[in-house]
Amino acid sequence: MRKGVRHYPGFGWMTVLCLFILYAPLIVVMAYSFNGSTSITTWGGFSLRWYVDVFTGPEAPRFKAAAWNSLTIALIAATVATAIATAAAVAMHRAGGFRGRSLTFALINLPLMVPEIVIAVATLIFFTMVGITTGYMTILIAHITFCIPFAYLPIAARLQGIDEGYEQAARDLYAGRGQAFFLVLLPLMLPGVISGYLLAFIISLDDFIITNFVKGAGMETLPTAIFGSVKQGIKPNIMAISTLMLAVSALFVTLSYLVNRRGRQSP
Amino acid sequence: MAGPGASGGGGGGGWRPMLVPLLLPTWLTIGIFLVLPVALMAVYSFLTKEFRGGVIWEFTLAAYDQFFVNRGLFGDEPPTIEWTYIAIFWRSIWQAGLATLFCLLVGFPTAWFIATRPASQRGVWLFLITIPYWVNLLIRTVSLKFLIRDNGPLNEGLMALGVLDAPVTLINTNLAVQLGLFYSYLPFMVLPIYAAVERYNFALSEAAADLYASRWVTLREIVIPVVRPGIVAGCILVFVPSLGAFLAPDLLGGAKTFMIGSLIEEQFKGSLGNWPFGAAASMILMTLVLAALLVYARSAAQGAGPGAAR
Repeated sequence: MRKGVRHYPGFGWMTVLCLFILYAPLIVVMAYSFNGSTSITTWGGFSLRWYVDVFTGPEAPRFKAAAWNSLTIALIAATVATAIATAAAVAMHRAGGFRGRSLTFALINLPLMVPEIVIAVATLIFFTMVGITTGYMTILIAHITFCIPFAYLPIAARLQGIDEGYEQAARDLYAGRGQAFFLVLLPLMLPGVISGYLLAFIISLDDFIITNFVKGAGMETLPTAIFGSVKQGIKPNIMAISTLMLAVSALFVTLSYLVNRRGRQSP
Repeated sequence: MAGPGASGGGGGGGWRPMLVPLLLPTWLTIGIFLVLPVALMAVYSFLTKEFRGGVIWEFTLAAYDQFFVNRGLFGDEPPTIEWTYIAIFWRSIWQAGLATLFCLLVGFPTAWFIATRPASQRGVWLFLITIPYWVNLLIRTVSLKFLIRDNGPLNEGLMALGVLDAPVTLINTNLAVQLGLFYSYLPFMVLPIYAAVERYNFALSEAAADLYASRWVTLREIVIPVVRPGIVAGCILVFVPSLGAFLAPDLLGGAKTFMIGSLIEEQFKGSLGNWPFGAAASMILMTLVLAALLVYARSAAQGAGPGAAR
């Protein structure tokens, strides 16, 4: 009876259905990326030829350049966004109440509330009016902006769970503000900061719509390059790239999962 | 201002004097690169269109007029309501609403099931839900397109099993776009509901069962009202991105499945576009989303009242 209230018939099957829907397309594409045939419909035996094609084929230089842009933009955007978000989290949760606190909170979350396509349009109009040529820099600026809330949320969540006594003790023992932060608070916040960083990194790597608007001519990131190829039809090399990116995402989730689990064990 | 001392409400680390320097980067970044652009976009929607996709600095309501009013091909007929764009918006709202409903129907049982597993197993289940959430949306949409295309694995598989005689065309239909939206945002529904169910006090269900309420009555009368903030959060997280979605309608749909996202994108492509009109359509989309968020805020305020059982 006690266990009975938790059980609803059919909910388990719904979960199986949910996971099936989420994974079926990914598994199919992963399987077909190892297809030896040039046609995407027939199975030509197991082969790694499309992975070789990704790195050495005719489209390889384009994909390499796009991957480089994507990775460096994600790296810089995530780093800057995490630094900004960490500072904001400390101010929001360690400086007491202040006038404009809820307004600041709304501001931090604004990139999550405005639809992506609207951010894309607004950002393009802004860069055009100010007279900044669209390209690498404009993508980077846009990415830093929309990554801030994604970095902020895990960092703030972690910070709220840390007792203020630790910094208090450090300050009482004549640690400067910087020392209290870098030697006491930051190490305690680290699991949240890493989670925020990883989330911001993945979100930046993932973005298509905003990047597509502000990238300018001739500039590609991995998603816009893939989109351009897919417009001409799904080729097997796209499936190989997709599988590689899937692997990167899975690696990131695993990292984030492990960091969070370790974070829960420490104070 | 009641200035608290170093050890007062201002926190133990003495961060109070650093308030402005700590927040300045956030204010500047989001202020200059998001709030200002949105304000400029609002201004842009009232400017006159220039031929090569630019604008002339002359105030006009032309963009909104084009959206709502039909004056005939040469602009001299008596004005009637222009249905083209309203129909596109209506289709988007309908598709986003339907995707939210389907996500809820699958997401709620899933979230409940995971939250009622033993604590040691929950992490693994959540991990499985989270992986697709982190996978690139473009890649997920392309994968879905590959799966459901005319001679794709889904049709071939169903034909091999004898369920179908001939392939069913899904691509370029509203159904495919619906499937795409549902598939894209399903994890967004599961995670907030899971968080709410995990905090749910099962003694409430036990009390209801002791008073002879059936499972389903308990679900309707007790569980859903209590976990409602999670459900509403999930619905918002699915509805808002679905409404402005671009990838699913663009890759899985065709001309007949046009949604707001594609309409806006088209206005900024090359010299055929119309920037003020695109800005106006974006303004209308943003208004719709803000209305949805307002409903959420009101609902959350109510949820903090009698529904909060702890």
